[in-house]
Amino acid sequence: MTEPIMELKDLKRYFLVHKSGGKQVFVKAVDGVNLTINQGEVMGLVGESGSGKSTLAYAVMGMYKPTGGRIIFKNQDISVSSAKRSLSLKKDLQIVFQDPGSSLNPSQNIKQILELPLKVHGLAKKGDLDKKIIDLLQTVELSPNYMYKSPATMGGGERQMVSIARALATDPSFVILDEPTSALDVSIQAKIINMLLKLQQAKRLTYLFITHDLSLMRNIATRVAIMYLGKVCEMADTVQFFKNPMHPYTRMLLSSIPVVSEEEEALKPQKVVSTGEIPSPVDVPPGCSFHLRCPEKTGLCTKADPVMIEAASGHFVRCHAYAKM
Amino acid sequence: MDNPILDIRDLHVWYRTYGGYAKVLDGVNLFVHKGEKVGLVGEAGCGKTTTMRSVLRILPESQVHTPRGQILYHGQDILQMNQRELHHVRTGGVSMIFQEPAAALNPVFTVGTQITDVIKYSGLSKQEKQKDNIKNLAMQAISEVYIADPERIMNSYPNQLSGGMKQRICIAMAIVTARELLIADEPGTALDVTIQDQVHKLLRGLVEKKGMSLIMITHSLGVAREMTDRIYVMYAGNIVEVAKSGDLFRKPRHPYTLGLLESVPKLTGGGMAEGIYGQIPDYLRPPGGCRFHPRCPRAIARCQEEKPNLADLGDGHQVACFQV
Ligand SMILES: Nc1ncnc2c1ncn2[C@@H]1O[C@H](COP(=O)(O)OP(=O)(O)OP(=O)(O)O)[C@@H](O)[C@H]1O
Ligand SMILES: Nc1ncnc2c1ncn2[C@@H]1O[C@H](COP(=O)(O)OP(=O)(O)OP(=O)(O)O)[C@@H](O)[C@H]1O
Ligand code: SF4
Ligand code: SF4
Ligand SMILES: [Mg+2]
Ligand SMILES: [Mg+2]
Repeated sequence: MTEPIMELKDLKRYFLVHKSGGKQVFVKAVDGVNLTINQGEVMGLVGESGSGKSTLAYAVMGMYKPTGGRIIFKNQDISVSSAKRSLSLKKDLQIVFQDPGSSLNPSQNIKQILELPLKVHGLAKKGDLDKKIIDLLQTVELSPNYMYKSPATMGGGERQMVSIARALATDPSFVILDEPTSALDVSIQAKIINMLLKLQQAKRLTYLFITHDLSLMRNIATRVAIMYLGKVCEMADTVQFFKNPMHPYTRMLLSSIPVVSEEEEALKPQKVVSTGEIPSPVDVPPGCSFHLRCPEKTGLCTKADPVMIEAASGHFVRCHAYAKM
Repeated sequence: MDNPILDIRDLHVWYRTYGGYAKVLDGVNLFVHKGEKVGLVGEAGCGKTTTMRSVLRILPESQVHTPRGQILYHGQDILQMNQRELHHVRTGGVSMIFQEPAAALNPVFTVGTQITDVIKYSGLSKQEKQKDNIKNLAMQAISEVYIADPERIMNSYPNQLSGGMKQRICIAMAIVTARELLIADEPGTALDVTIQDQVHKLLRGLVEKKGMSLIMITHSLGVAREMTDRIYVMYAGNIVEVAKSGDLFRKPRHPYTLGLLESVPKLTGGGMAEGIYGQIPDYLRPPGGCRFHPRCPRAIARCQEEKPNLADLGDGHQVACFQV
């Protein structure tokens, strides 16, 4: 039943950047990620801003060639750049980008934006094109008169719905959602998420869902992985994850969630004040990369980088505190 | 109580579009006192950004019509100001953190160039604007928003930064020159909660230290609850409820506010809510009466005919609804 659809094996993506003075350094945006995503699941990927989530997503999409490691999709190695990928692979893998504003061409209207993938993949006959576009708009609850609007005249939320419609246009089986609802209000978020879940059920879609919203993941993800500075630091099934968060960064995350009621407040781990320098991915500190901010660090943490261990069945964590056992 | 520093009265803003006027803002009333932190929440497309862009008069003038209303800044109407007065407001009084960081940053200039430009054209004194001081101020602003390695960032182009980093750069640009009122349009959406928490602390600290006021636009009700003193709830260009932040969550009254609160994914689990029935109206032909009536579970005949005004429930809690 749990059949892997996507496997990332020691995936790495570095960027060469120039510092002033002409010195060249590497940004290790993704640095050895192992992640298996099963057919039909909603894998939640949460983490620090700048921890490499979007870079990971772009590598999977073929927009960045991996610096190291492999990406296996439906038992096929796809660690090549987008140009070398087949059209059917491109149809099968889709992404909703983080920035709805910049990912939609401002000089096109919505009809032209949604038409393109349909035409490229030959998914609608000329006469059906308009109907198909209206259907797509309907799945994201936009009325047909949006066809002739331009992205510039729409609110951030409406634009994001168009990007979701565009990703769904090719009928993909694996969709990366890079913070698809962070620009949306809670009511529309609820509708979009319900719609995404319905589609997922109906079409056996698999989602890699990147978000900062742990409350949202609590309600929809099957598993959650936490990323910090290019690496996964904890991964577990959702229920386990929230019942027994292990990694100190995870606990800091959970304790910082803004909530709307006293009941929820009571569920959060005791407030771990979020302090400390956030290290740069150019100068990753030695030892555990979280040690500068970790309230539980010991002498070992500044020297040795912990390895991922399975601390409980299906519950993985990368922290010395659990390795001792 | 002293006069508010910003007092928006009965603001109507329409957009000229192909199909006619989109009547977006329909009589917005909102004020902010010195040192106060005010939240503005509401669904996507309800007019939050439009309201705040009107304050800075940065809406595309050719597309906008303002049939009625006033925006009083220290008692003077921004809508009537000449360019010189307006420039003064923008560089010396009010600054804004824009909602879409990617769109607010220019892709062809480095972050360093963009931040130093902001400082150069700000209302700082000549002395403060000396060359090395500008660079220092810029670097300091970048580290203040918790980005390590300000030097790399200064030399980076926007596309070399993560979404959250771009957002923090926009925050940095707004705070280097911030004076009296900071308008933050969704400043935390692209950040993880630990950094969001730190950025919020920074904003709060800044507001408190400099005695500034803050308007925080957000659709995260949780953020509004933790960050602000008072919250305005907006629906389709109207303010439908205002209350002290604690009160809004303890005893929300407007049917729309209730719907929003219901829709928040809860840490207690229990699956996703349905979201509020229906969608925001077409502003070309907005519904008469209470604009919420086509979606409201409690609507009565009167709601289609008449527009409810904000009524006082005491202690600054106001609601615009016939059924409350
Ligand atoms: N094209 C690029 N060139 C150089 N550095 C880059 C490039 N793209 C990303 N980076 C760097 O890689 C790191 C990871 O960025 P990424 O966008 O993957 O983060 P993220 O986890 O998606 O963050 P966020 O939650 O803020 O969107 C950042 O330090 C960023 O500056
Ligand atoms: N230049 C424009 N021309 C026509 N309509 C516009 C223009 N700018 C905005 N609108 C419309 O005005 C309404 C309000 O937009 P606004 O951006 O103020 O909403 P918002 O509350 O900030 O939403 P979001 O939460 O999505 O940012 C939307 O329906 C939008 O489509
Ligand atoms: S390894 Fe040490 S520093 Fe790293 S998270 Fe665990 S306790 Fe903290
Ligand atoms: S006035 Fe009527 S339609 Fe409007 S919110 Fe109240 S009950 Fe609903
Ligand atoms: Mg990202
Ligand atoms: Mg907005």
